[in-house]
Amino acid sequence: MNSTYLQGAELPTSALNFIDNASAAFQRIPGSAIFIRYIQSSYQNDPVRSAVELFLVIFAVRYLLAPSYSTNRAKHVPLTEDEIDDLVEDWTPEPLANEETELERIENDKRPVIAGPAGPKTKLQNGKTVTNLASYNHYNFASNPDLLNKAVNTVRTYGVGPCSPPGFYGTQDVHMKSEADIAAHLGVPACIIYAQSFSTISSVIPAFSKRGDIIVADKAVNYPIRKGLQISRSQVRWYEHNDMADLERVLQRVVKEGQGKPLTRRFIVTEGLFENVGDVVDLPKLIELKLKYKFRVILDETWSYGILGRTGRGVTEQQNVDPENVDLLIGGLAGALASGGGFCAGSDEVVEHQRLSAASYTFSAALPALLATTASETVALLQEQPSIIQGLRENIVTMRAQLDPRSDWVRCTSAPEAPVMLLVLKDEHVQARNLSILDQELLLQDCVDEALANGVLITRLKAMPLALGATPKDLTKEWRPQPALKVCITTGLSKRDVERAGVVVRHAVTTVMKSKKWQR
Amino acid sequence: MPIRSLNPFASSPTSSLDLLSEKESVRTETREPKLKYRPRFSLPFSGAPKPVKPTETTGSRLDAPQPSAFRPPSPQVPSLSLPTINLTTATGEKSKMEDAARPLTLFSPPSPAEAKKLAKQHAAFGPLGSKQHLYSSRFVGEEFPEPVEDEPPYFYLITTYISYLILIIFGHVRDFFGKRFRQDRYKQLRERDGYAPLNSDFDNFYIRRLQLRINDCFRRPVTGVPGRFITLLDRKSDDFNLSFKLTGTTTETLNMSSYNYLGFAQSEGECADAAEATLRKYGISYCSPRGDSGTSDLHLDVEKQVAEFIGKEAATIYSMGFVTNATVFPALVGKGCLMISDQLNHSSIRFGARVSGAVIDMFKHNDMSDLERLLRERISQGQPRTHRPWRKILVAVEGLYSMEGTLCNLPGLIALKKKYKFNLYVDEAHSIGALGPKGRGVCDYFGIDTKDIDILMGTFTKSFGANGGYIASSKSVIDKIRVINAGTIYGESPAPAVLAQISSSLRIIAGELVPGQGEERLQRLAFNSRYLRLGLKRLGFIIYGHDDSPIIPLLLYHPAKIPAFSHEMLKRKIAVVVVGYPATPLISSRARFCVSAAHTKDDLDRLLAAVDQAGEVLQLKFSSGIAGGQEPLHDGLTNEKEMAVRSCLETGEKPAVIPPRWKLEDVIRRGVQDVKQPLY
Repeated sequence: MNSTYLQGAELPTSALNFIDNASAAFQRIPGSAIFIRYIQSSYQNDPVRSAVELFLVIFAVRYLLAPSYSTNRAKHVPLTEDEIDDLVEDWTPEPLANEETELERIENDKRPVIAGPAGPKTKLQNGKTVTNLASYNHYNFASNPDLLNKAVNTVRTYGVGPCSPPGFYGTQDVHMKSEADIAAHLGVPACIIYAQSFSTISSVIPAFSKRGDIIVADKAVNYPIRKGLQISRSQVRWYEHNDMADLERVLQRVVKEGQGKPLTRRFIVTEGLFENVGDVVDLPKLIELKLKYKFRVILDETWSYGILGRTGRGVTEQQNVDPENVDLLIGGLAGALASGGGFCAGSDEVVEHQRLSAASYTFSAALPALLATTASETVALLQEQPSIIQGLRENIVTMRAQLDPRSDWVRCTSAPEAPVMLLVLKDEHVQARNLSILDQELLLQDCVDEALANGVLITRLKAMPLALGATPKDLTKEWRPQPALKVCITTGLSKRDVERAGVVVRHAVTTVMKSKKWQR
Repeated sequence: MPIRSLNPFASSPTSSLDLLSEKESVRTETREPKLKYRPRFSLPFSGAPKPVKPTETTGSRLDAPQPSAFRPPSPQVPSLSLPTINLTTATGEKSKMEDAARPLTLFSPPSPAEAKKLAKQHAAFGPLGSKQHLYSSRFVGEEFPEPVEDEPPYFYLITTYISYLILIIFGHVRDFFGKRFRQDRYKQLRERDGYAPLNSDFDNFYIRRLQLRINDCFRRPVTGVPGRFITLLDRKSDDFNLSFKLTGTTTETLNMSSYNYLGFAQSEGECADAAEATLRKYGISYCSPRGDSGTSDLHLDVEKQVAEFIGKEAATIYSMGFVTNATVFPALVGKGCLMISDQLNHSSIRFGARVSGAVIDMFKHNDMSDLERLLRERISQGQPRTHRPWRKILVAVEGLYSMEGTLCNLPGLIALKKKYKFNLYVDEAHSIGALGPKGRGVCDYFGIDTKDIDILMGTFTKSFGANGGYIASSKSVIDKIRVINAGTIYGESPAPAVLAQISSSLRIIAGELVPGQGEERLQRLAFNSRYLRLGLKRLGFIIYGHDDSPIIPLLLYHPAKIPAFSHEMLKRKIAVVVVGYPATPLISSRARFCVSAAHTKDDLDRLLAAVDQAGEVLQLKFSSGIAGGQEPLHDGLTNEKEMAVRSCLETGEKPAVIPPRWKLEDVIRRGVQDVKQPLY
């Protein structure tokens, strides 16, 4: 019908044809006749009504298409192009990297460089051979000839890298075997292997805990857990380190606050053996609270898997807890097991979910085959020969005897079974000499240097890197570990060697504490 | 084409089907009389003199090769009864006259053990068929073109949406009844004795109702070397893809899926030898982060090599590529800084950006004008709310995008960088080793000095066949990153065997180890990438990405075609990656081919034949011709015509293009000579 109005006008034939076609097509649509009749009658009766209706239709369409959130940029300052050019010209960015601080420079200069394998006796690049109490090679698996042969065979069958993420032809049979071996060792239904130990938990937490979920975490958890919490965007509540009464208080509060609201996922995140403190979680009590308040537990056993328990199954074995009670159990293969990568063990449901939603699994290449086979082998070794672990414990006892009760200056915060002994300065000395955190770091670095000069390689516990641009105000809110020396025990050394190394470390601390530089 | 009668592995005499025969790909090349015959097998590269380098001037490369000098790479009538062994032709040695006169059948067949060993080597890295099959990857031309993205007819777009609609409706209907009548199966989605469900119903819907149907196309377990061929462990599912059982058999497939660009995934050869020697000397692992006692002379050597290879002052390495990105951004930017990231950047960059606490903005994929608009807006407005100037602005892009096959517009970025003074971060995870005449990534490809880019990141997982990642920059930045980057402080240090693989592959590429081999690998990859891309375009498929990219996405559109294509390929013993939503936009589901230097031209012909058949069966030939695949014009007219088409596109006119639907035989016949011209 539109064409009837327009036929008189002078239009090119193509346009007329188009209009004819369009009106013909429109008339073919079922119900179009009714629509036209409606418009015609309403227009004849009341043109104003048609206009109002049209306006309403346009308004409705615009309303429906508008975004539901506010796009009003209240603080946006309108500027002309010239002004923008001037501002661009004017802007000078800060340099990409700031100047190194004193501590950073020391760290870069004094980082030990090993020449050759990282055995219990290690040759450094400066030609000196030292006792290596700095690597997590607790069972000296790294240069075990049997394991080496098997690793070489793997390289000769699989090459080095898998060249693919696990989702796209990167899942090799050796990965599936390692997953099965670790799951069987722990006594849980399933397990998933990540390509790096450090990145595992940072991806596991956000795979499950999303915005709106609640995480209750220990104040002293390690850096990758903190990053996982940050990525998850969940609501995080902290409880005092290893304080089960405080945990219960927090849980009670969360449950109380959640009443009447839709139920969200709730997690307790903690470590088995704390990386920054060295002590062990009270797992039976934690499980009791978890069951009582209906939380799920994410337990990071990176530092306890392969270490605690009779066959190295970790905290669950040491404290006789059924691992099925731990919903997500994360462990590392890169330390004591002399392999690489990390894992998360749990129910089938938990593991399968991660295969699609854990970022560092889905978007990263798989673990090299030789490391996967090594992990399988070392897990089997621990199960078959628990005496290896026993040997490590004896060396720990020997070393501890040299350090903790005997030294006047430091105390060991680590659990008695922990092969990574963290030595912090005794509070009375810190207070008496008024040592700030930075002072303590520098002092302990001197201890490390002194020990190295006497043939023992140890390290410091590294402070967690701070976010760039963080203000001193932000720092006070964060929990920070007390600076500590890190002494790692290995079975590769005889009792005598361990004793001697212990004496060296103790004397190094004494020498530094009595030195003029640190006398105040 | 009849579907049912098609048996890809029948030894049929027609040449197009022959291409599908697996045996074909390790066929002897003894028919070439000009090549010196070598009775004993030697490694494809060992001690071989440097192959004659093809002239690399732009002008000469545009010239079509002389047809008389062109040797058909595949014998016309292969006789499968002959012992199938390849005598390498990579040497390039000039034959003596008496060799040419010798009857070709007079060679001592290799012993079964030798033949087996050779077959194993060739399964990881195929021998070069002809020296015609080499090309040097570099950017030619004035302005970097936007890749033309073709679109299928509307019918296919609409039916794609309808397909998803049907899938979603079916999913909801199944959920509706399932939740009422089969509650045990849905228990993980509902509250259970006081616990909230672990997966939310809504988030899980896509996985449960769409992805589960095609789960057999993902995570196929493999064994052995992911080289030219990859061995799949066969599996079956009795419960509609909920779980799989291994059947115990294996299938050797052509590997179009691994990021093995330069073919360094090998269990034999220099890299594997170096890995073994280093394993024996240095042990399996350092069992310590770099910051503690995980730094050895090996690490420092590799860092130095990487820095030299990239052309930067210093480099630092990590044991995982994902972590490299995830931890470096917090060490570079923080509060008060702005990070601008390409829309399609990898998940690891997004992870790192979120951890850093900087303000994050995104610009449209590869769109320099959008980036400029954003920069002007952000610099002039300053930080949100306070309006104070930004402390730093970091623009992060990828060199080669793994799902699109597009390269970043580096010349455009450098020009913007000079004007707006931001810092530029280029993630070369896929492009390092895979692009450029010397394999040094996008900078090499564009002929841009690496000094113009602040930070270059890359991984060793792809081109180098190892694991891990690196950051290369100025010494002051690297020194700072070493001490404040969590990846150095806590991340495990790279294992000695992995370092040996990196070091030896770097030295091969640079020509320090086995001169000639690295160059051949680079040139084979460049040829293979262009050859396959051109072939697929001519067959009529819609292909995304830039011409020289070794990542070749073939658009499938319909969700049902994702598994169908994967199965059609698997039937023909080819392993491909298929991806759909959410890794891609909803409608542009795709199959992705990753070309490798380990592939021979015969492998690619086999793939082309298979894709041609699958394309007919699945109706995948949508190309309208605007993105290339046309009959080329002769004598340098190609560029003009290309210009004409582009200018038509800009003005919105419909260029006069015919949808390319070449016959397979023509594609293969013309491929080698046309591939070295601009891919139009």
